[in-house]
Amino acid sequence: MDFSWMAWTLPTALFFLAIALMLVGMGVWEYVSPGGNPRVGVLRFETTRGDRLFVSLLGAAFIHLAWLGLVGANLWWALALSVIYAIAVFRYV
Amino acid sequence: MEKTWNNKAWFMVLPVLVLVAFSAVIPLMTVVNYSVQDTFGNNEFFWAGTDWFMDVLESDRFWDALTRNLIFSAIILAIEIPLGIVIALNMPKKGIGVPICLVLMALPLLIPWNVVGTIWQVFGRVDIGLLGRTLAALGINYNYVQNPIDAWVTLIVMDVWHWTSLVVLLCYAGLVSIPDAYYQAAKIDGASRWSVFRYIQLPKMKRVLLIAFLLRFMDSFMIYTEPFVVTGGGPGNSTTFLSIDLVKMAIGQFDLGPAAALSIIYFLIILLLSWIFYTVMTTSDAQG
Repeated sequence: MDFSWMAWTLPTALFFLAIALMLVGMGVWEYVSPGGNPRVGVLRFETTRGDRLFVSLLGAAFIHLAWLGLVGANLWWALALSVIYAIAVFRYV
Repeated sequence: MEKTWNNKAWFMVLPVLVLVAFSAVIPLMTVVNYSVQDTFGNNEFFWAGTDWFMDVLESDRFWDALTRNLIFSAIILAIEIPLGIVIALNMPKKGIGVPICLVLMALPLLIPWNVVGTIWQVFGRVDIGLLGRTLAALGINYNYVQNPIDAWVTLIVMDVWHWTSLVVLLCYAGLVSIPDAYYQAAKIDGASRWSVFRYIQLPKMKRVLLIAFLLRFMDSFMIYTEPFVVTGGGPGNSTTFLSIDLVKMAIGQFDLGPAAALSIIYFLIILLLSWIFYTVMTTSDAQG
């Protein structure tokens, strides 16, 4: 099959591969520890680990956009900030 | 009764996954690929990195269209949700009036978007339209082609006419599901009309209101066809919403890279706002 119309590049392929691996990882986590580990965190409403991944990814997207708009094109610091943010979300939300 | 766990049930979800992959995931992946490249056609692409995202984020055109979108959605929700509740509360619950009202309410929803746009485009025209001519006869200076405020009023009234019925039908479904015993108990307690609404009808409508709120927000935030047909984004850029700007960029100018970057930002904003609305409303529902 020819997928050239999708205009794949190595960085975008790695990006989607990372997302896919995260989803597989969440699936394995759910298999090992079923139930989604629901809890009420700092936001004062119940979240499962799936919710926390969603909040982490959405937040990371906006951190990267804000970095692009306010700072510049070098996104390594935005990535580091996103990882810290994701850890905080999984720990406290 | 004990729940039966059967992992083979996951295969039942496969058709949906395949459908979503073809209708959403693959197109979204393609848009992400386009957003970091430039093309001059012939399926040839050149790496552009995050340039298009920076261009979009730094352009006034994007922020102006986004502001217009947010204001439009806020006005639409502020009008359609209360109006829908009021109409649903006043609709008959029994008798021949029920099917008549339901059919009348469903009629605007059956009309395609482009036809609604065309109806209102003609309806509002000062030279031949009933609305335009009537307002002119009353001495009101109305011209949606030249005046931005008139254009906005026309689009808002058109959207209210087209979509309030959806809110009405959803609220009505919530209202008719309330057992008579609730009203009888309220009557025995001597509850006022407001108390019945506040403590019986509104809580019972919460779930359908959440659906109505989310549907109307997402629809109004993504509105394209009606304003495109009625005003074409004008006068000037006064009714150019993000979707209209996006089409101009992607198809009018064939700037696929910036259009793809704008699409992703647009998608993320809708995702974020929908998640916030959904979370706030379901959380308050759980607490109430």
